[in-house]
Amino acid sequence: MTLPAMQYDRRETTAWITRPILVMAVVFATLPLWIETVGLYQYLGVEVLIWIVFALGFNLLLGYTGLPSFGHGAFFGIGAYAFGLAQFEVWANLWFCLAAAIVVTGAFGAVTALFLAHRRGIYFALMSIAFGQIFYFIASKWTDVTKGEDGLLNIARLPADFGVAEVSIQSNTALYYFCYAVMMVLIVLLWRLTNSPFGRTLRAIKQNETRVAFIGYPVRLYKWAAFTLSCGIAGLAGGLFAMAQEGAYINIMSLQWSGTIVLIVLIGGGFVSFWGPVLGVILYFVARDILGAYTEAWLLWFGLMFVVLVMFKPDGIAGMWRGWVAPRLRGRGATTPAPRPAESRS
Amino acid sequence: MALFEATHLHKRFGDQVVLEDISLAFEEGQVSGIMGPNGAGKTTCFNVLTGRYKPDRGRVTFDGEDITGVAPHRIVAKGISRSFQIMTLFDEFTALDNVVMALPSTRRRGFDGLHALDGDSAAQDRAAEIMGRVGLKGREGVNAKSLSYGERRALEIGVALATEPRLLFVDEPTAGLGTEATARLTDLMRELKRYTTIVVIEHDMRFLFALADKISVIHWGQVIAQGTPDELRANRWVRRSNIGELANA
Repeated sequence: MTLPAMQYDRRETTAWITRPILVMAVVFATLPLWIETVGLYQYLGVEVLIWIVFALGFNLLLGYTGLPSFGHGAFFGIGAYAFGLAQFEVWANLWFCLAAAIVVTGAFGAVTALFLAHRRGIYFALMSIAFGQIFYFIASKWTDVTKGEDGLLNIARLPADFGVAEVSIQSNTALYYFCYAVMMVLIVLLWRLTNSPFGRTLRAIKQNETRVAFIGYPVRLYKWAAFTLSCGIAGLAGGLFAMAQEGAYINIMSLQWSGTIVLIVLIGGGFVSFWGPVLGVILYFVARDILGAYTEAWLLWFGLMFVVLVMFKPDGIAGMWRGWVAPRLRGRGATTPAPRPAESRS
Repeated sequence: MALFEATHLHKRFGDQVVLEDISLAFEEGQVSGIMGPNGAGKTTCFNVLTGRYKPDRGRVTFDGEDITGVAPHRIVAKGISRSFQIMTLFDEFTALDNVVMALPSTRRRGFDGLHALDGDSAAQDRAAEIMGRVGLKGREGVNAKSLSYGERRALEIGVALATEPRLLFVDEPTAGLGTEATARLTDLMRELKRYTTIVVIEHDMRFLFALADKISVIHWGQVIAQGTPDELRANRWVRRSNIGELANA
């Protein structure tokens, strides 16, 4: 039988570093060495990493708390603007600007969440679209600050200052490794978070909000916190993206991109797996570049793939893995008996 | 003074009056029953008493403290818990984790985002003990959705118990259970009575008459009769209604 959503073996849920985390670490650490041999290019790696950060944070809402936010692109964009403005107006220091991106976006998220935290389902989704659109239009009209359609240009890839030494992240490869470090730290922290009492509470809210309230949890506060945190992570991704693109542009805040992140996470299997968003991002960007090389209409084929997947395997790629591959891997290694009853599966 | 008192509760939805001047009192250490035909307002009454709905008028006190309109999670923290008629388990969790989730010790560290909940063996031991109490020993690792109907009913009560309530509300616990399972549930409730005060909504008369110390009959949104099972059997109103026939059966 397929594992229930987000359920992992106790050996994994209690660990800081698990096998999938190691696989991630190795694959992405070596990626710049082989990405060009498979016909792709270095900058793609940077994009993939940034979107993984964004998608993992987004899935805290969608996959873990069951809150379908359709306006999340706005927060990604706010992060990019915040990074740029902090750099131009306040202090051109990498750590400061990234912190500003996280804090400012988190603050926007916190205020938005005040209006969303008591909603659920379709009402939550519609409200999140509304807020996303509000931020989009503010950003496009407030030209004094955001430079409107032109965007904030010439955002620098600031050097990483470690006190004793300053490391330039000017080149795509250097920027890649910086994003890689950020992503790995985030993955470890999110893995801990999602398996902590807090993460378990979010999963419970996804399954039955009323019940969670009636065993004594302040549900709204948890939803508010999850939304705020998710926006903070979107801001971090936005800040990195501003450096990658060397600018902050309005299009990223549009409804289309907000929809894209939902699509990516669903295709990857964010509903059932921690790793769903990662798989979704990889598939999306590889499909964009490989299908995109053959046809302008690659998004049509990607969209069709999405439709087929939703019809036949709504749990996404990670769902297939959990349904078909993981049980066989487990079966091969299942010589040790489960150390506690809760681990045996029915 | 009773542990829990509700006085002059009114509740309406739109122009439909569901509760009209309901007053109830539940004594500590007793099993109190609420019965009445379908649509009499029993479940609404429960929802008002446990904070799911706010009454339009009236007052609810617990241990002398006014808890009218207080949010459900705060009411739970004060020591009132409830089970649901429509089962509300966490289907993606194991049976044990359903109970772990409801423990006050888990709730207190609800904003701990760093340490593994699976590493909390004290909570697991405590949850396993509660599962034993509701007759689910050995089923800890089974996913909630794979449990049988009767087991899910028992787990529902286990989850409510895990919050360590002084007062436990149970909504139609026998719904859908066969005679054998109902008999087991009766034993379980008698056992639970030793630790906690219980209020049961039920329309299985035999179950309620066998269990409750005091019963309130609700009909048309009002309390039409109140008393011990014996008093109710003798009550003119109850005898005249079909409820009375069932009670004497």
